[in-house]
Amino acid sequence: MNLDFTQIVTSIPYILQGIGVTLKIVGVAALIGFTIGILLALCKIGRFKGLKWFADIYTSIFRGTPLILQLLLIYYGTPQLFDIKVTAYSAAVLAFGFNSGAYISEIIRAGILAVDKGQLEASMALGIPYKKMMKDIVLPQALKNILPALMNEFITLTKESAIVTVIGVTDIMRRAYIVGGNTYRYFESLIFAGVIYYLMVIILTLIGKAVERRMRRSD
Amino acid sequence: MIKIQDLRKSYGKVEVLKGISTTIQKGEIIAIIGPSGSGKSTFLRCINLLETPTSGHIWVNEAEVTNPKVNIMKVREQVGMVFQQFNLFPHMTVLENITYAPIMVKGTSKKDAELRGRELLKKVGLSEKESEHPVRLSGGQKQRVAIARALAMSPEMMLFDEPTSALDPEMVKEVLEVIKSLALTGMTMAIVTHEMGFAREVADRVLFLDDGQLVEDASPTEFFSSPKSKRAQDFLEKIL
Repeated sequence: MNLDFTQIVTSIPYILQGIGVTLKIVGVAALIGFTIGILLALCKIGRFKGLKWFADIYTSIFRGTPLILQLLLIYYGTPQLFDIKVTAYSAAVLAFGFNSGAYISEIIRAGILAVDKGQLEASMALGIPYKKMMKDIVLPQALKNILPALMNEFITLTKESAIVTVIGVTDIMRRAYIVGGNTYRYFESLIFAGVIYYLMVIILTLIGKAVERRMRRSD
Repeated sequence: MIKIQDLRKSYGKVEVLKGISTTIQKGEIIAIIGPSGSGKSTFLRCINLLETPTSGHIWVNEAEVTNPKVNIMKVREQVGMVFQQFNLFPHMTVLENITYAPIMVKGTSKKDAELRGRELLKKVGLSEKESEHPVRLSGGQKQRVAIARALAMSPEMMLFDEPTSALDPEMVKEVLEVIKSLALTGMTMAIVTHEMGFAREVADRVLFLDDGQLVEDASPTEFFSSPKSKRAQDFLEKIL
């Protein structure tokens, strides 16, 4: 069997540098996705029909088309329409942020709907305005319940970020691919990338569990 | 003062309140009783617009809450409400439950709100529980915190929606004692209850609802000893 991990040792630092790139994409995209998710969820449960439709259509489009198509449209498509240059990094962050926003909005909507109706009634009876009720009473309880689902979404995002390879962002995946090409050691470098992704996901899982434990203290 | 005029409420084709009119004077304590499904809770929940009446008018002091132009939030600040299921905020401590609305709605300083909150906790006998989360409390304790939370807004009147119905029997008394002591302060109160002994002892007036109608409006002595209507007689016969 032709297998020799020592062949890629000198390239390991190069591949590891990709972790920073991947984290920067995932972190910012997660923030964008979370913000969009909350806003869309509020639109969906709110009273304004127009906003509700907008949120539903948004979700439907971003869930109904491939992520890689959205990424390529933003990267190659927008410069054609508008006279702007989109860097690979911002295209990646926007595509992942917009896309996960659609999924996260559904998670948050379900979380909000699962909060006991009595909580809303108690808030209303105390004269607490809608915004404050959402921010301080409903969302904290909703987030606690949806934390596992949310963590799932962030894990997916971390792994899916590997498709930025196609627009040339030098993330973990791209670097492993390049190393594979240079050394003719695809198996070794790709396995190494796989291990990195897997460890990142494990760490995310542990963080999620720790946060969950903290939040469950009041149970 | 609460004035209610020809209050009606329908859910789809089912009319649960069929034109109720009454006035609750300042300082008066009203017990609202009747069989389940008679519309008692709906009636109570219409007063602070947790349910939107289909037609009719309700005034809380000078404000007509059924007028869409009236700021219902302001009215709700004056009307405290206690629920059957307590509805405490589970992610907040007991003291935070009590101080949240005064701080966020009335703009009371945190220090003053906590001072008042501790005072109220003392009144309901739960001083040592201020840092606990609601989940650690018994049903009776939860309901006493809920009463303190409503009182923290310094309301002019209190609505109680079956405050003891979700409690284990041995906890009913502690909650009723708190409500009784509140009655002595001259607070205007409307209480939906199944505790007939309590209604008889504390209420100034009993409203008997059946099938969405106000069937009797009488003093407790009158109502419990010589109910006029056949429906009230049947109801009392079943439960006493």
